[in-house]
Amino acid sequence: MRNAFIHELVTLAKQYDHIALVVGDLGFSVVEPFADQFPDRFINAGVAEQNMMGLAAGMASEGYHVFTYSIANFPTFRCAEQIRNDVDYHKLPVTVVAVGGGLSYGALGYSHHAVQDYALMRTMPNMLIAAPGDPMEVRACVRYLINNPQPSYLRLAKAGEPCFHKEVPEISPGKWLNIREGKKLAGTYLTTGGALELVNNMLANKPELKDWSLNSMPLWSMKAKEAQARQVEGFATVVTVEDHLMDAGFGSWLLEAASKRPDLLARIKIKSLDSKVCGMVGKQATLNTEGGLSEIIFSEYYHTD
Amino acid sequence: MTNIEFSKQIRKLALHMVHRANASHIGGVLSIADILAVLYNEILSVDPHDPKWTDRDRFILSKGHCCTGVYAALALREFFPRQELEQYAQDSSRLMSHISNHVPGVEFSTGSLGHGLPFGVGKAIAAKKLKKTWRTFVLLSDGELDEGSNWEAFMFSAHHKLNNLVAIIDYNKLQSLATVDKTLRIEPLADKLTAFGWRVIELNGHDHVSLFRALTQYVPTDERPLVIIAHTVKGKGVSFMENKVEWHYKSPNSLQLEQAIAEIEKAA
Repeated sequence: MRNAFIHELVTLAKQYDHIALVVGDLGFSVVEPFADQFPDRFINAGVAEQNMMGLAAGMASEGYHVFTYSIANFPTFRCAEQIRNDVDYHKLPVTVVAVGGGLSYGALGYSHHAVQDYALMRTMPNMLIAAPGDPMEVRACVRYLINNPQPSYLRLAKAGEPCFHKEVPEISPGKWLNIREGKKLAGTYLTTGGALELVNNMLANKPELKDWSLNSMPLWSMKAKEAQARQVEGFATVVTVEDHLMDAGFGSWLLEAASKRPDLLARIKIKSLDSKVCGMVGKQATLNTEGGLSEIIFSEYYHTD
Repeated sequence: MTNIEFSKQIRKLALHMVHRANASHIGGVLSIADILAVLYNEILSVDPHDPKWTDRDRFILSKGHCCTGVYAALALREFFPRQELEQYAQDSSRLMSHISNHVPGVEFSTGSLGHGLPFGVGKAIAAKKLKKTWRTFVLLSDGELDEGSNWEAFMFSAHHKLNNLVAIIDYNKLQSLATVDKTLRIEPLADKLTAFGWRVIELNGHDHVSLFRALTQYVPTDERPLVIIAHTVKGKGVSFMENKVEWHYKSPNSLQLEQAIAEIEKAA
């Protein structure tokens, strides 16, 4: 995903000279294509995330669309107030890019696990969350954000993720992207971010779930809640899946979004990480399984009639 | 209007605002009144009829709780009608009691300390990249220097040779509960900032001539950003408010307001 991001950013930076990239002393073997081609629009702010975010907001107030890039919690929690006050409140076009969403950096431990980032970002009224599920969605997100400049958060996994789209999809905030067709009025899995790969792999090995569809929602926000009830309506069950804790996560967001239609609430089930993964160390797949995102657990939602 | 008259007007308008709203922070407003007077009366290239004029100088009040001083200065420069100051901190007013960018002429909302300088750094580096000649001025408090984000910004600005950036530190020596020295010592401040790679000027922050001289000093061949350590008195101009920590919070009653205004009018 991170390579798709930088390639798309480089492509667009050739067209638009207001795109800038500010990194927090991270991005080795990722950001070089941008840094080499646009040295005047590339800044390494050093290991100083508060200043990085503040100066990104300042640059954005002078016409730049600034992408700030770092790992997991460093460009988010470390400078949360700069994002809240400087970027979001002033409605400035800064895209906070965090690589290592979820448990991508499993072995690096809790400091590097991004499992509360949706919670932080989705409480900011002007913030658009971009959590692509594959490299094609990454490209779609970057294009969308540049065409629609606003405070935004781009959550990337790491590298080597498969593509689920044949081409770059058309996306918009709150819109579900169909990945796999299912039977009408059956259940659907709705993912955001890297959970798409998890569910897709699980479905591929479960012929008994052939009626279930799969949808991805790469763009969502406080403002995009309105369109959700209408989309939930089309399914007997909607199982949201996210590599994030349940509290203030994606599933919670969908429940809140559907709360004006109490009849729909019972259809929504949330699969998220158990907080016991906080403090655990291991491969991403191992931790996702330990956290409850394994295929066995999904079986509790098999029957929908 | 002379700088002296301008600074007196700022003080009087701010006192009326905090009195009417029963609001805090007058002590720190009085300590920056002279700095604001010189900036808004003589230094800043701004256009009240076009507050977002592209080539304006950028001024950021990082100590956002002292916004009444800036609101007064902006009203004096006719960015908005002076009468609007009566709405300060009232229901639905755009003049909120931490500086708001909804007010014409205000670049950036602050309130949480340690945000103004990094934001100003972003503006200054943007100006360099875009080859613009306007300057960015950031006014900080001394207590605010406790925030680590400022030191990140000091380091960054010197590294990137942002000589179009001017930081002014309102060094009134008093924080929220006690003196700066008792709270978290920042001395030797000038040495620290010099070591961080800044050009440092220390002056009396109530001396308009020194302020004017320092603020007009732009040496293109010197690549260092400029920091002015302005030694000031919290509550300056009102005898019973000077150097009193309680005037960080208290609002003058009618009698105190009358006395304060009389002292300011009588001053040379």
